[in-house]
Amino acid sequence: MTALPPFQALLDEHATDVMAVLRGAVGRGDAEDCFQETFLAALRAYPKLTDTSNLRGWLLTIAHRKAIDHHRANGRQPLPVAELAETPVLDPEPDAGIWAAVGALPPKQRAAVALRYACDLPHAEIAAALGCSPEAARRSLHEGMKRLRKELA
Amino acid sequence: MKAELQRLAKRAADDGLLDIAYTTTDSPFGPLLLAQTPRGLVRVSLPAYDPDETLEELAARISPRVLEAPAELDEVRRQLDLYFEGKLTKFHLPLDWRLSDGFRVKVQRAIARIPYGQTRSYMQVAASAGNERAVRAAGTACGSNPIPIVVPCHRVLRSGGGLGGYGGGLPMKRALLELEGVLRDSRG
Repeated sequence: MTALPPFQALLDEHATDVMAVLRGAVGRGDAEDCFQETFLAALRAYPKLTDTSNLRGWLLTIAHRKAIDHHRANGRQPLPVAELAETPVLDPEPDAGIWAAVGALPPKQRAAVALRYACDLPHAEIAAALGCSPEAARRSLHEGMKRLRKELA
Repeated sequence: MKAELQRLAKRAADDGLLDIAYTTTDSPFGPLLLAQTPRGLVRVSLPAYDPDETLEELAARISPRVLEAPAELDEVRRQLDLYFEGKLTKFHLPLDWRLSDGFRVKVQRAIARIPYGQTRSYMQVAASAGNERAVRAAGTACGSNPIPIVVPCHRVLRSGGGLGGYGGGLPMKRALLELEGVLRDSRG
């Protein structure tokens, strides 16, 4: 039996990445709630986890599902991009506009972009997190980036 | 991120998902690692030991649902602080004995009954645990006490009055006995 590390070790190593992905996926305002849901779900499932080879991918997969749940619960309302544009220029995160646009992408594209650029994951790991083939992950990322370039041009 | 993690620990505890809450606290001897289950205090790890190893051991032996949750251990910390200031002579804390079994638990429970400022020999502790001939086993049980200080194995000495051993090192054992007025302060 492979001993599972203390759960706190997962938080220490991956909490920042999970939060970054969720901010990209659901926006800053809702990321905190999704973060809680992600780690509570992970904590619930953790003792029975058998494959510990990619704990980061496992957490990001759960985060991705929670982000989708969140969007479903909100009836896929578009993110309030206009409001974000009115935030003061002192906004500590200069990328807020970009992430708001990322948040407005369809779920798969949004997740692919967030996993690639917020988490620096390679295509294979994005595919694992999204539960699709690497080719499909590459396509989602490509479509997402194309759309972002158009939106932000 | 700190506020989010505190909130997570609180929600995990409320949802019954926090099997082991831990924190570290300062002591006159260095940082102590304190770990608690819903049943009670399960582990006090002395500064001589690597806290990461202790946490890994807890994850393997009890549950991997281990979270840093200082607020859960406020009361333990408060009583330890008072003890180190000489203002508390008896701990009032629920204890979780599950890291020991059989004769060891009997010995450790016997140790927990030794009053502040008093000492017993290994043989007396063995007798109190129900087998006065098991002196060696009593010594082993002292040495494997998972909740030192609160379960005061520092109050167990050799029959001739020698200090015996201590997991945190003999200077610490001596200092605890000095704090409790059993030994004269050797530092003058």
